[in-house]
Amino acid sequence: MRAWLYLIAAAVAGAIITTPAIIVLIMMGGSFDDALVAGLATLMLAAGIAVVSMRDIIRCGLAMIVCFLALAGLYVTLGAPLVAAAQVIVYIGAISVLILFAIMLTQEKAGSARLTFQTQAAPAAIAAIVIAVLVAVAAYGTNWGAAPVHIVAAAKLIAQELFKDYVLVLEAVGVLLLAAVIGGVFLAKREKDA
Amino acid sequence: MHLANDLNTYLTLSGMLFAIGTFGFLARRNAISMLMSIELMLNAVNLAIVAFGAFIPSLQLHGAIIALMVMAVAAAEATVGLAIVIAIFRNRKTPLVDEYDAMKR
Repeated sequence: MRAWLYLIAAAVAGAIITTPAIIVLIMMGGSFDDALVAGLATLMLAAGIAVVSMRDIIRCGLAMIVCFLALAGLYVTLGAPLVAAAQVIVYIGAISVLILFAIMLTQEKAGSARLTFQTQAAPAAIAAIVIAVLVAVAAYGTNWGAAPVHIVAAAKLIAQELFKDYVLVLEAVGVLLLAAVIGGVFLAKREKDA
Repeated sequence: MHLANDLNTYLTLSGMLFAIGTFGFLARRNAISMLMSIELMLNAVNLAIVAFGAFIPSLQLHGAIIALMVMAVAAAEATVGLAIVIAIFRNRKTPLVDEYDAMKR
């Protein structure tokens, strides 16, 4: 009985998420690329809202994985397959698992909604809406001089640039990651007998 | 309708994801929820960077490279941030940030 409810809920969620893509494809005369972008964008935003609004923090972590996956799809539609692959490996493979482990280490019973949100949640929502509107207005109000069709960044060219002009940055990031590993181990290690 | 070939689409999306992250950072009480919101904001910025790299010819390769660097820095940030949260949790036995008031008393 419960399984059927879950299936129905999943079907409803899938229908809601694919609706904008279908609207773009049929009613607004977009191409399949447009429909794909609309669907991935809806999935990303829905999962993002789920991350910040759900009560059970494990589900927040799982929704974050969905959000990152949709974002990787958007990177592919933007013509950056290397960044999409790195997104899947780094965010879904490493950071999400790290966060899920940290959740399990600090797990508590999910409290009421009053426990989940700060008292400043309403002003925070207003601030977030203002930020989104400001960014959209600024984006549409600026002439970026953008090319009408986007460019595919090939992995070979990225690698050549990365090890030629950006080699100092690359080494600096390596040192930063080493420092982060050492710092993480030092901070999280258990005190001897204190 | 040119959703897929318009820089403004991606910038608006990025702004919306950043706003969601901002809301989560300001509104959630759990420290790990706040870290997840920070990850959302970093991803939003990354989306904007990749979009600029894809649409502006003079930034062609730089966008992808800077996005990769941002990912590495985000990984470092997540490691240290979660280690700090776990260290605090071990001392205070709670993940709720408004109960971390040792410096206020």
